[in-house]
Amino acid sequence: MSRAAILRQPWLWAWVGALAVWLATAAFTGGTGSGQVISAALTFGAFFVIVALGQMFVITLGPGNVDLSIPACMTLAGTVSMKIMDGAGAMIPVGLAVAVAVGLAVGVINYTLIRALRIPPIIATLSSSFIFQSAAIWYNRGLRVKPPEALGDFTTAKIAGMPFIAILVIGLAVAMHILLARTIYGRSVLAIGQNMRAAGLAGIRVERIRAITYIMCATLAGLCGYLLAAFSGGAALNMGEEYLLSSIAVVVIGGTSVAGGFANVPGLWGAALFLFLLVTMLNTFGAGAGVRLVLTGLIIIGVIVAASGGRHKREG
Amino acid sequence: MIGAIFSPRVLRGLLPPLSLAVLLISIFWLQPRTMSYFGLNLLLNLAVPIALATIAQMFILCVNELDLSIGGFVSLVACITATWVQETPLFGLLALAALIAAYAGLGALIHIRQLPSIVVTLGMSFVWLGLAVLVLPTPGGKAPDWIRSLMTLKPPMIPFPIIASVALALIVHVALMRSAGGTVLRGAGGNPAALARAGWSILRIKMTMFALAGFFGVLSGMALVGLTTSADANIALRYTLLSIAGVILGGGEFVGGRVSPIGAVIGAMTLALAGSFLSFLRLNPDWQIGAQGAILIIVLALRLLIRQAEKRR
Repeated sequence: MSRAAILRQPWLWAWVGALAVWLATAAFTGGTGSGQVISAALTFGAFFVIVALGQMFVITLGPGNVDLSIPACMTLAGTVSMKIMDGAGAMIPVGLAVAVAVGLAVGVINYTLIRALRIPPIIATLSSSFIFQSAAIWYNRGLRVKPPEALGDFTTAKIAGMPFIAILVIGLAVAMHILLARTIYGRSVLAIGQNMRAAGLAGIRVERIRAITYIMCATLAGLCGYLLAAFSGGAALNMGEEYLLSSIAVVVIGGTSVAGGFANVPGLWGAALFLFLLVTMLNTFGAGAGVRLVLTGLIIIGVIVAASGGRHKREG
Repeated sequence: MIGAIFSPRVLRGLLPPLSLAVLLISIFWLQPRTMSYFGLNLLLNLAVPIALATIAQMFILCVNELDLSIGGFVSLVACITATWVQETPLFGLLALAALIAAYAGLGALIHIRQLPSIVVTLGMSFVWLGLAVLVLPTPGGKAPDWIRSLMTLKPPMIPFPIIASVALALIVHVALMRSAGGTVLRGAGGNPAALARAGWSILRIKMTMFALAGFFGVLSGMALVGLTTSADANIALRYTLLSIAGVILGGGEFVGGRVSPIGAVIGAMTLALAGSFLSFLRLNPDWQIGAQGAILIIVLALRLLIRQAEKRR
């Protein structure tokens, strides 16, 4: 790749941003704890990336496609699987299967609403998320069931200083990259995002691809809910909250076109690390909760404004 | 004659008020004591700020954008109202005016850079929430007396929330649906290219619509504080989803500038009443949010049925 070609990669800016923020933090602390920061960023970034992978495929389907039910799906999958496992180590695979099944069911319901009622995906996933959230509240009954110890250990395990969960999610991202770039399914998603009508006329079974995409997105959210609940010592009813913004922000900052049709996986990891390191940096600088929220919001908008400027120049 | 009354077109227009009527009648049936001046006042009180936020969202949807920050915005306004407006009215009102200007600026930014409004407003929701935390770090504050007395008015015969909602719906309806200026504003959602060729500035239209949304968001926050008497930074976060659902329930569409102010107010009231309906049913309160989702899905399904009947004719 020539230098110009590298500069044109859409994922570049997310990684540059992540590096800059990390260096700023390291400079402030004089380098102490920079290693731990990276390790934490890889762990929390892994959770962001799992949901963002699904959201990326959905957003790539084109304007109006976005899954707003991710937080509710995570919460439901997390609570149901934790309660079914009830802390028993032998039930770990059952819990995983249950969480994935919850995700699958959520995806099927979402797509059925979109298709049967012919409503925009935003409204379909919004209204269904109300129901999933209620289901989680009702099922949970205010209890906080601890995850099986072995599962909790698994999510915090490290191999040579590298969080194990991050290694797994990097593997997942590589698989998803191949799915996007090298398979008929992935190419079909891109084609639909660029021109749905043309894709249909070219023989792509548009509705089948859309169904798979929404179901896959919800399934990944279910998986993330399972892992996150295990990681944080039990499912909480608000555990998915921040993942609504994060899943969309990670996708967009990572260089995927919000208008659909163009996606890239490497940017997801860059953006996830960037978001986590940004909050860490503001914490290190001693910013209070209010200042941290304001700056996070402004920086996300700033990145998007900057990214859109770059895109215009390239086209012109 | 009867055929004309029950034509799909009329039915579609009647769907939002009919849903509200069905809900209201069920509530009266379950709990006859609500069928009084006092009962209605209690039932519909909190519908007023929701209706105002829904109208704000409607202006944004009208120009084919979506505002995911309105809940945070209303919370911030509530915090400012309960602190600055109460202590130093002039400074507080100036701050609120600045917030409206910020909304117009957002409209300009989204239009000029062709940014996706979902992402920009999602980012702004953090900004509003952060500012709200800075203004009012712990729940508290106090509603200014004049807002408090306005929101607790007891007019003769008809409860205040009903008068306020009807007035809101009619004023916005006349201004947006029946005036020349309103038609131009809606046109920016229907066919922006045509409007631009006819010499209108889409930038100015978008800024106007966002400023209007900011204005009604400010009213919503002030009304909310008038009812709750104090504020906190998370007070209205659920308004984001409620307002979108309200516009859609009221017959609004996502694209094309097709909105209905009267429908939006009715949609907001339907959602506000859904909670009371469930508690009168003695249903588990856990399902309150879920019921709002279910109502939304049912109304959308009915709308689809009507649309299909329309096509068959």
